[in-house]
Amino acid sequence: MTSLPVPSKVKLGLVIDLDTCVGCHACAVACKEWNAGGISGPLTDENPYGKDPFGVWFNRVHSYEVEALDAQPAMTLHFPRSCLHCETPACVSVCPTGASYKRAEDGIVLVDEDKCIGCKLCSWACPYGAREVSAVEGVMQKCTLCVDRIYNENIPEEVRQPACVQACPTRARHFGDLGDPESAVSLLVAARDGVSLMPELGYAPVNKYLPPRPRRAGAATMQPIEPVAEKLDQDSLPPLLRWLDRALSR
Amino acid sequence: MHPSFSVIFFTTFSGAGYGLWFWLGLLAATGQPLTRTPTLAALALGFVMVTAGLLSSTLHLGKPLRAWRAFSQWRSSWLSREGIAAVLCYVPALCLAAASHYILDARIAGALLAIFSLATVACTAMIYASLKPIPAWRHPLVLPVYLVFALFTGGLLFAAVFALSGWPVTNMAGFAVMLGAAVLWRFKRRAWRDIDSRPLPVTRNAALGLPEDRRVSVFERPHTEANYLLREMGFVLARKHSKRLRVIATTLFALVPALLALPVYLLVHVDAGPWLLAASIAALAGTLVERWLFFAEAKHLVSLYY
Repeated sequence: MTSLPVPSKVKLGLVIDLDTCVGCHACAVACKEWNAGGISGPLTDENPYGKDPFGVWFNRVHSYEVEALDAQPAMTLHFPRSCLHCETPACVSVCPTGASYKRAEDGIVLVDEDKCIGCKLCSWACPYGAREVSAVEGVMQKCTLCVDRIYNENIPEEVRQPACVQACPTRARHFGDLGDPESAVSLLVAARDGVSLMPELGYAPVNKYLPPRPRRAGAATMQPIEPVAEKLDQDSLPPLLRWLDRALSR
Repeated sequence: MHPSFSVIFFTTFSGAGYGLWFWLGLLAATGQPLTRTPTLAALALGFVMVTAGLLSSTLHLGKPLRAWRAFSQWRSSWLSREGIAAVLCYVPALCLAAASHYILDARIAGALLAIFSLATVACTAMIYASLKPIPAWRHPLVLPVYLVFALFTGGLLFAAVFALSGWPVTNMAGFAVMLGAAVLWRFKRRAWRDIDSRPLPVTRNAALGLPEDRRVSVFERPHTEANYLLREMGFVLARKHSKRLRVIATTLFALVPALLALPVYLLVHVDAGPWLLAASIAALAGTLVERWLFFAEAKHLVSLYY
C-alpha cells in the first residue's frame, strides 16, 4: 500500500558528519559490496568490466569546494548522498503498484522488487536522487538501510548495522533511532545542530547531516609574529667559547 | 528530464484521442441523434490513438508484463488513477458504438465518455504537476495546458472526421480552431516566460545542508562514468535549443492550424474536411515538439548535486 503508514515511533536513520567525512568512498564501496552479495541483492551492473561500466549505487560521495569567507578558510566538503528515509516520502505515494512502501514499524523506505514495474516515477519524485533504476533487473532500487543486516540474527551483534556505517574509517556515519530524543544519534544531532536537506520541500527527511565545524581563523587574520631578539647567556658557555665571544665582540 | 519518446507519443496521441472522445461524448450527451458513419469513424480513430498511446506508454516500463499492478494504488498515486480512468473510457466508448449502430439513446454513455476522457487527461497532467522536485512542472498552467491541448487536437480531429464523412460542419468550427490556437499560444507563452524567469526554488546550499553564505562549486563528481540520474534527469540538449524549438512548436500547434482554419470560417462553401485534417496533422506535430520540450527543458532538483 503506497498510502503512508501512521508515523512510527521508531525512525531508523543515519547521521552523517560532514566535518569528519574525508571522502574516501569506503561507505559507497561497502554498500555496493554488501548489496551485490547480501540476501537482498543482486545489485547488478551493466558492462561491469567493459569500457563504460554503468550500474546502481545506493550511496554516492560528492566532493565540493567551499569558498573562503572573511573569518573562514576555503575548504573541501565531502558529501555522501543516499536515501534519507523521509517521514513523508513522495516516492512512496506516487508509486502506482504498491511496490514502494514505508515500513510501519521502523520507517525504512523500501522497494518490493517483485511488484515494481519500473515506471521510474518514484525517482522523479525524489529530489535527493536516492533511487536508481537497474536496467538489468528492470526495477527501481534504493538504499535499504541494510534491513538484511540490522535485524539479522545470523551475524554477530556488533555488525548488525548498515554496511556503510561499519566501513567508515573516520566514524562520520552514525546509525540509530532518530525518533527517540534520548538516543545517541538524536543527542549528536542536538549537540551539533544537525540539519535536514531541502526541508522546504516538506518530505521531512529522517537522516540528518552534521555541518562542518567552524575552522580556526586562517592565515589572513593571524597576527604577524614579531622576530624576537636573540640573547646569549655568556655565563653558561664553556671557558674557550666565552673567550671567543669576548674576543669577537670587541 | 530525459524525453522518453514512448511517453511523449502517449501524451500527444492518447491526449488527442481522449479529446476526440470528449467532443463525441459531449455531442451524444446533448441527445443529438448520432449519424452512424461519422460516429463510428470518430470512435474508431479515438480508439486507435488512445490504444496506441497506452501501449506505447508501457514500452518505457522496466517490467511491462506487470503493468496490471498499476491499477491498485488509486488512493495515493495519480499514475494509478490515470490508468484506471484510461481503461474506464473504453466502457462508454463501446456502449456509444453499440448505441449508434442500433440507434439507441446514447446520452448517458456520451456523458460518461466525456467525463472519463477529460479525467484521464487531467490525471496525466497531475502526474507531472504533483512532482515538487521538478519546479517547471509545478506551474499552475500545466493542468490547463494539458487539457486544452487534448481538447484542441481532439476537437480538430473530431471536426475533420465529421466534415470528411459528409456531415455539414458549420463555419464556426473554423472560428473555434482559431480561438483554441490563440488560447494555447497565450498559455504556452506565459508558461515558458515564467519557466525562464524563475530560478530553481532551492539552492545547492540547501541541498547540502550548508548556510546560504558559503559559495559552493563541484570539485569532484562521485563517479567517473554517467549514471542513471544523469541520463534520466540531467538532460541539457533542449535548454540549448529551446528558443528555436519553441518557435517551431508554436508555429505548428497554433499558427498553422489557425491559418488553415481561416478559409473554413470565412468561405461558407469551402469543403472544410481537408483543411481541418491538415490543421489536425500540424497541431499534432506541434504538440509532439511541445511535449518534447516539456520533458527535455524541465530541470530536476537532483541536478543541484551535480
